[in-house]
Amino acid sequence: MSSFLAREIFDLTLEHLFLVGLSIGIAAALAIPVGILLTRRALLQRWVLGFANVMQTVPSLALFGFLIPLPFLGGIGKHTAIVALVLYALLPILRNTLTGILGVDPAVRESAVAMGMTGRQLLWEVELPLAARTILAGLRIATVTTIGTATIAAAIGGGGLGVFIFRGLASVDTTLLLAGAVPAALIAMAADRGLEWVEQKLSPV
Amino acid sequence: MEAGETLVLLGRSGSGKTTALKMVNGLLLPSAGEVSIEGVRTTAWDLIRLRRRIGYVIQEAGLFPHFTVAANVGLIPRLEGWPSHEIDTRVQDLLTQIGLPPAQFTTRYPRELSGGQRQRVGVARALAANPPLLLLDEPFGALDPVTRVELQQQFLDLRDKLGKTALLVTHDVREALLLGTRLGVLHHGRLVFLGGRTEFLQADEPEVRAFHTCLSDSWKDRM
Repeated sequence: MSSFLAREIFDLTLEHLFLVGLSIGIAAALAIPVGILLTRRALLQRWVLGFANVMQTVPSLALFGFLIPLPFLGGIGKHTAIVALVLYALLPILRNTLTGILGVDPAVRESAVAMGMTGRQLLWEVELPLAARTILAGLRIATVTTIGTATIAAAIGGGGLGVFIFRGLASVDTTLLLAGAVPAALIAMAADRGLEWVEQKLSPV
Repeated sequence: MEAGETLVLLGRSGSGKTTALKMVNGLLLPSAGEVSIEGVRTTAWDLIRLRRRIGYVIQEAGLFPHFTVAANVGLIPRLEGWPSHEIDTRVQDLLTQIGLPPAQFTTRYPRELSGGQRQRVGVARALAANPPLLLLDEPFGALDPVTRVELQQQFLDLRDKLGKTALLVTHDVREALLLGTRLGVLHHGRLVFLGGRTEFLQADEPEVRAFHTCLSDSWKDRM
């Protein structure tokens, strides 16, 4: 019985990692380029940040619920869970990309332009390297919170460690609750430490 | 401006001297009138090309904090696609000329340098691609007095050796008289005086006279 449980913990942990990994991957692929674009389009900043802010304020269980009736994006299953997790992860990545790039010392930016750097060179050689630490910090916040939020994905058939938690709640079984909560907490701690390490390695400044 | 001269623009804060300087390399474009470099208006230049032909030095140097000294100095040659061994030679050369031994300094980062060393690296970076024109915006403003005098002297030596044309902006009238072959005085965005050192010392224009009062007696004796 206990080896059966161990096997299931392992499978659901993998599923959980898959949910989080894919969601953060998609969120980063969207939020970092959009964040960069927003540093060039001041007028759009309010609208896009406003949208991301609103997404963040919707209670997570409700957001999963709202998505179910939607065509394409919604329904029951993993893809709906991933859509919701992506929406949650957008804000911290977006905001930190923006803060990181806008925080580059104006004198450094100006001297890059005065040296004859093109817009692309300014971005890749100056702005992104100097913002890398802040962007990564946003990614770290997004990852750690997504690991927690992803447990709710089980409510709409998304799988992951939340399966144990919902099952444990339904049957008032503390062992099952712990079987879901402990691995999720461990993953979150490991991700936090790991990304912190990368953050410190990454930037010489 | 004439080739080989050092024109110093002198003015109080907010007099428009930095604005004037930035119009030369197209960081700002004129809203009226025109600025011509080598006979071509800045609005007609490819600004990237223009800027790579003009050395630019600002206060606090504006070095790239994530680049080593060597990468900072070699930046424009690299952007211009020089082969890497030529960049290395050029960087070593320049660092030697400005008195920072390459063996000690190439791999350091700007934060590991003193203010005076950073400013020297800023000058070396501006000289790297051998531009015919140098722009200097209060280059020695943030330094302690002793280092400032050292760097001013070094600037004079380098200028005489390399024969560069330079446009320098400052609010320090002594610096202007020390470095300038010609002086311009800006006041509320207008050029109220333009002329040589002797003319400057004899000029009767009110803003020029205001600057005279900052001079020590040894200068006043020459007036």
